Amino acid sequence: MYAQMVDTGANKVRGLEEMSAQERAFQERIDAGIKIEPKDWMPEAYRKTLIRQISQHAHSEIVGMLPEGNWISRAPSLKRKAILLAKVQDEAGHGLYLYSAAETLGVSRDQLVDELHAGRAKYSSIFNYPTLTWADIGTIGWLVDGAAIMNQIPLCRCSFGPYSRAMIRVCKEESFHQRQGYDLLISLCRDGTAEQKAMAQDALNRWWWPALMMFGPSDAESVHSAQSQAWRIKIFSNDELRQRFVDQTVPQAEYLGLTIPDPDLKWNAERGHYDFGAIDWDEFYNVLKGNGPCNRERLRARRQAWEDGAWVRDAAIAHAEKRAARTAQAA
Amino acid sequence: MKKEWPLWEVFIRSQHGLAHKHVGSTHAPDAEMAIKNARDVYTRRNEGVSIWVVKSADVVASSPGDKEALFEPAQDKIYRHPTFFPVPEEVKHM
Ligand SMILES: [Fe+2]
Ligand SMILES: [Fe+2]
Repeated sequence: MYAQMVDTGANKVRGLEEMSAQERAFQERIDAGIKIEPKDWMPEAYRKTLIRQISQHAHSEIVGMLPEGNWISRAPSLKRKAILLAKVQDEAGHGLYLYSAAETLGVSRDQLVDELHAGRAKYSSIFNYPTLTWADIGTIGWLVDGAAIMNQIPLCRCSFGPYSRAMIRVCKEESFHQRQGYDLLISLCRDGTAEQKAMAQDALNRWWWPALMMFGPSDAESVHSAQSQAWRIKIFSNDELRQRFVDQTVPQAEYLGLTIPDPDLKWNAERGHYDFGAIDWDEFYNVLKGNGPCNRERLRARRQAWEDGAWVRDAAIAHAEKRAARTAQAA
Repeated sequence: MKKEWPLWEVFIRSQHGLAHKHVGSTHAPDAEMAIKNARDVYTRRNEGVSIWVVKSADVVASSPGDKEALFEPAQDKIYRHPTFFPVPEEVKHM
């Protein structure tokens, strides 16, 4: 997902009876569905895990602007260009909502950005793949934003107030992202030429497996996942969300007349779900390690944008200080 | 030079005549830019017709520890709600 394999620092999930009184009261509030707010007492591990998770999520929104931004100047019509521009601008907004949510936990945005640029903070594996054709833009909206929605809707109910409020804002905007992508693919696949449909099929072939990897490896056995679920900062397991995504997406692919690149994909009437083939987790870990097709390029682009903007940030502060000093003098 | 832009809390009044409501925060070097940034970040879909920004450092908040002292006195005063008073069935509207 936009935050993958978040470390909670836990080596086992402790029961209520093993906790201090303060910690127990905290856990009981979470169990009762009461939101935790920034000034409330919280275990240090909860705070740290949330900073990690929310900042990873924020970084993903920001880095995620790069693959799509790549096509803004080459969109095939003014209408599509305006839509893509609005979509990418929304992603910037998502990043900002999330950085603000993280800041309520006592870190600064600059600190978080530094962590990203130093290569110490992660962002979603999915954004390390290239956008080779215009059909990739439709496919990202359909699959990547579609997968993000699966994960973000439950997070609207998460235990940390600022994170949950940020997710509510994000979810309101996200469905436009998915629909514009699908709409783009409808025009290629149902109203377009054979070449355009082939281009869409090629995009699906490249994005399908990375989209399934976004949910992360099975975490049925993971202590971090169990701890995150106990804290209600993760609501469903990776496998549950991935299954839902597959079930939802297959009929959408059928409507487009596209073939999902998985020979093992088959409806299982007994389970009431689609079965699907094995995921190449070596590829996923390799991308996480920094060796995906675009990891270096993405980080380079972010660093460069930050450095190129430094004089603007500094000038704006200098100007504000000068004006404040002038007003103080006049008073 | 490396100095982070200060944080501002953003309040928006929607078209429907309700009060300004807190929607989130934004970084900006000064008040003017804070309004511009808040416009870009929080009103891309007609969410509002008016924006307030307040430096986060200037917000004074009650502390969670004072919750009981501040809010408990209201809890047992149920007669402050109209539903406390039964309305005779013969009296249809009140
Ligand atoms: Fe987003
Ligand atoms: Fe999105």
